[in-house]
Amino acid sequence: MNDVVNSSAGSTGTIQAAGVAIKDLRKSYGSNEVLKGISLDVAPGAVVCLIGPSGSGKSTLLRCVNLLEQPNQGTIHVGGFEATDPDVDIDKMRRKVGMVFQQFNLFPHLDAKRNCSIAQTKVLKRSQAEADKVSMHNLERVGLGHLADRFPDQLSGGQQQRVAIARALSMDPELMLFDEPTSALDPETVGDVLSVMRNLAKEGMTMLVVTHEMGFAREVADRVVFMDGGVVVEEGVAEQVISSPTQPRTKEFLRRVLDPTHIDIEE
Amino acid sequence: MAMTARQRARVSLYVQAGIFVVAIAALILATDWETIGNSVFNFGKIGPMFPGIFVTGLVNTLIYTFLGFIVGLSGGLLLALMKLSSFPLYRWIASGYIEFFRGIPALLVFIAFGYGVPLAFGVSWNITVIVMVSLGMVASAYIAETLRAGLQAVPKGQLEAARSLGMPQWRAMITIVIPQAFKIVLPPLTNEVILLTKDSSLIYVLGLTASQYELTKFGRDGISSLGAGLTPLLVAGAFYLVITIPLSFLARKFESRTARNNR
Repeated sequence: MNDVVNSSAGSTGTIQAAGVAIKDLRKSYGSNEVLKGISLDVAPGAVVCLIGPSGSGKSTLLRCVNLLEQPNQGTIHVGGFEATDPDVDIDKMRRKVGMVFQQFNLFPHLDAKRNCSIAQTKVLKRSQAEADKVSMHNLERVGLGHLADRFPDQLSGGQQQRVAIARALSMDPELMLFDEPTSALDPETVGDVLSVMRNLAKEGMTMLVVTHEMGFAREVADRVVFMDGGVVVEEGVAEQVISSPTQPRTKEFLRRVLDPTHIDIEE
Repeated sequence: MAMTARQRARVSLYVQAGIFVVAIAALILATDWETIGNSVFNFGKIGPMFPGIFVTGLVNTLIYTFLGFIVGLSGGLLLALMKLSSFPLYRWIASGYIEFFRGIPALLVFIAFGYGVPLAFGVSWNITVIVMVSLGMVASAYIAETLRAGLQAVPKGQLEAARSLGMPQWRAMITIVIPQAFKIVLPPLTNEVILLTKDSSLIYVLGLTASQYELTKFGRDGISSLGAGLTPLLVAGAFYLVITIPLSFLARKFESRTARNNR
């Protein structure tokens, strides 16, 4: 994994990082309000981890940032874009925002390199040669240059997720969104994906990460946000929130996550 | 004497085989072989059908089917996308079209476009255009439903991933979703082609000149001119199998390939 840990700089040399500003965001499905007024700021180049029990709204919040979900109320600013402006050029904004999914969502009919190059040629109008170069650079960056001609079904889960990261990076994003990127992986491949993400953080990418990997959050995140029931319950410096949370709900959640075998007899 | 389950199954199998053999024997005994031989298997007199049935009949059937399929595929894709549209008017139009053309006999469509439309609009279409339009419009309705199912079978995450990379909806559909949907619908689509091949025979209701004959019309023509009874139709039928059996074989091959991997 040395090639992963030691890889450097983005496809255009340096990362231009964008910030995110979310204000009083609300989102409902019918009568079910899943986001009840979320405000959250991510400084350019910062890494923020969203943690919380399933159903707490953290994935929905992440998906609102690149408008895979349409918020009902509130504002989101991403770099120079106001995502919640009805007249925003969604496609132009999304080019700046890389998204990594829990289920990878690689294109099964294209090999790893084409997965990385297809949007470059079709959206950024790069030449195939230039797109291939950028794709190879990013595949090498995630340690998979030697598997560039493999199709997704010929790759392990961890390899597929790293290709998915390379695919997002190939668009030179200014912000990366990760939606539980390691939740669908075999335990032994989780480390490779996390080390790619750690590296990206070091290079100065702005990252918003929904995760259950507390070790990763503590080590890599600048800040951790704990969500429950559609609200931000607690947020702060990663080490502080994870090691000495102040809110009872945060304590309860972390106790369950960090010690899954613990059984609360009084419940 | 009580039988075990396995013995009972075996006896049941023997009984079924016995019924089958008796039925076949009865059919053979009941058949008037002399008449059949003269009117259906009268291969001595069909010489004049060749090579016309090849160079005209088979070729025209293939051309008509191909043209109908091209129109059907384009129309079907358009209808499928309309049916999946978020714009209700499109969905209603597509549903109405599909229900109508699936619900009426294809024969009526041929008559409508062969006689009705030229009369109503004072145009005269040549046979190729009439077949292309009639067959294509019927095929569109069937193919639309097949493609809609295929498009919906592509996981939602594929569209999300494509849109997240900044692709507009249409680009994501063309580059990512539709190619995957086509792989899924290849086997059922092959079946549509088989149905289309046979439906192309309906053109017989229109007045054809000899050079426009397709297989069925060729066979019917042979009935009246060769004095070999129904034998020419049997020959025409065999030629349909020459087209459809390889298609079925291809469909099965696609099916086993998509079952092996989804690439």
